[in-house]
Amino acid sequence: MEFPEEFKYTEEHEWVQVEGDLVIVGITDFAQDALGDVVFVELPEVGAEVTAGKAFGVVESVKAVSDVYAPVSGTVEEINEELPDAPEVINTSPYGDGWMIKIRVSDPAELEGLMDAAEYQAHVAEEH
Amino acid sequence: MIVGTSGLVLNEKLLFEHSDAGRKGYSLPALDVPATELPDGLCRQEIAGFPELSEVDVVRHFTRLSTWNYGVDSGFYPLGSCTMKYNPKVNELAARLPGLADVHPATPDHLAQGALEMMFRLQEALAEISGFGAVTLQPAAGAQGELTGMLVVRAWHEARGSKRRKVLIPDTAHGTNPATAALAGFDVVPIASEGVLTLAEVEAHMTDEVAALMVTNPNTLGLFETNIAAICEVVHARGGLVYCDGANLNALLGIARPGDMGIDVMHFNLHKTFATPHGGGGPGSGPVGVSAALAPFLPGPWVIQDGDRYRFAGSSESIGRMLAFHGNFGIMLRAYAYIRSMGAAGLKHATEMAVLNANYVRARLEGGYHLPYATRSLHEVVFSDRDLPNDCHTLDVAKRLIDYGYHPPTIYFPLVVKGSIMIEPTETESQETLDEFCDAMLAIAKEAEMNPDLLHAAPVRTRVRRLDETAAARQPRLRWEGVGEKG
Repeated sequence: MEFPEEFKYTEEHEWVQVEGDLVIVGITDFAQDALGDVVFVELPEVGAEVTAGKAFGVVESVKAVSDVYAPVSGTVEEINEELPDAPEVINTSPYGDGWMIKIRVSDPAELEGLMDAAEYQAHVAEEH
Repeated sequence: MIVGTSGLVLNEKLLFEHSDAGRKGYSLPALDVPATELPDGLCRQEIAGFPELSEVDVVRHFTRLSTWNYGVDSGFYPLGSCTMKYNPKVNELAARLPGLADVHPATPDHLAQGALEMMFRLQEALAEISGFGAVTLQPAAGAQGELTGMLVVRAWHEARGSKRRKVLIPDTAHGTNPATAALAGFDVVPIASEGVLTLAEVEAHMTDEVAALMVTNPNTLGLFETNIAAICEVVHARGGLVYCDGANLNALLGIARPGDMGIDVMHFNLHKTFATPHGGGGPGSGPVGVSAALAPFLPGPWVIQDGDRYRFAGSSESIGRMLAFHGNFGIMLRAYAYIRSMGAAGLKHATEMAVLNANYVRARLEGGYHLPYATRSLHEVVFSDRDLPNDCHTLDVAKRLIDYGYHPPTIYFPLVVKGSIMIEPTETESQETLDEFCDAMLAIAKEAEMNPDLLHAAPVRTRVRRLDETAAARQPRLRWEGVGEKG
């Protein structure tokens, strides 16, 4: 199971890649593995406001339906248009082609509250 | 499977594959008026290729398919949270009494006194069983009952000038609850439980923006919410209401009453708790009970007793109808027959047996499967696949159970347990049945160790092998595409 060093993580198993004042968000390798085959993805519209800790989208697998939570507050700058038609990419490439949305961050201080790779790995070990 | 060489194995083609042009199952009298062509616009081209069959083709097709079915009448059906109770046949007798089965829903009150009396008595029986002030029988099933209950909550707040928008829902509540709250116009606030909901967690979230707490008691782990009375007090003290999902009421019947715990609103699932047919055999029925303060907001009309007569009545504060006519009357009849044939002592005994059966299964399987919550359960018990070796998971256990001749239990729910296996053995199951099932479960755990391929390949003793659920969900094919071809 992969935990890329350069990403930040949430307790709810989202990853965050910081690119200036934009962040890219997806769900972690651990999350996709726990969910099983993803069959449906619902994303917000570009321009939507998201709030840290609040659900911004939905992933559905053959096992369960789960909310995906915004790691930080801000405005949705871009969404992965490919995902709704190819949800399996979340399973095959959770940290790459399976990215979900890009958020323009309204309060960069919120990024400080996220976990680094080592902390997230410990969090997963504990939850597992 | 080779049909005709291994005994009487009735395999079955699709109706489309049985079809032959010109075959039909009807004959019309000779035409005695001038023939006219149908205008083009009235002919649906998209059903070209519709199967053409004789009557006997159709009868055999569906009769054969019906023998493939698995139901509570053919075997043990431990589907947790769904309460697949045996449906006593005396209920069917009551539902078929001509004076009740044939009554038209628009019959005037004074000509339908027997039907109204039965509805009144069922309202009273459900109110007494649950400790509520009033009951509506109208909702068509559990989900509509939930919506009715939450619309009553909203109407109660609005009548007091309160604009509360939030609803607290613990992670052990029924999966439908957040959808219900959202549909009724509320914002859902998920809260955490520790097996059971703690008073501290409710206190931390119970603000003056919260309209209601929605709980399921006993919850989806099969655990009784031991803090429920204190939780209700806190919610009430801060101006909110408590909704209880009544799906698990069969664990409380005759022992404890939700109304006495401080619950304000609860829906019943007659098809779970009161032994009426379930799912496709339904329809369901989802009556709602409320405290006296909420009674005027119920959907009307309801039945009242007026001297020695019965009639429909309503209230100006009612949220209005949830359904045309009076609800699923035939199901009410079955539930009423069940309540009367069981009696108070019988209902209590059924509860005790349901709880005993769940704890028997728990005791027998503990050790074979990981038990995430060690607290003694009520009517259902949740295991997990944590300790299974060789990449064997909950899904594999469920599929392998089919090979052993059982309908699998509920899997991957509740979500608070990873890889959950939720078993609910209802009260009518004998110890022999439970032992056979537990033997099968333990044998599967042993197979996971010694011969995991058996689990990964399962089911192998079925007409079709393991289905590709992922492909079915990602690329659903919902229409017959072989039009014009013979299979």
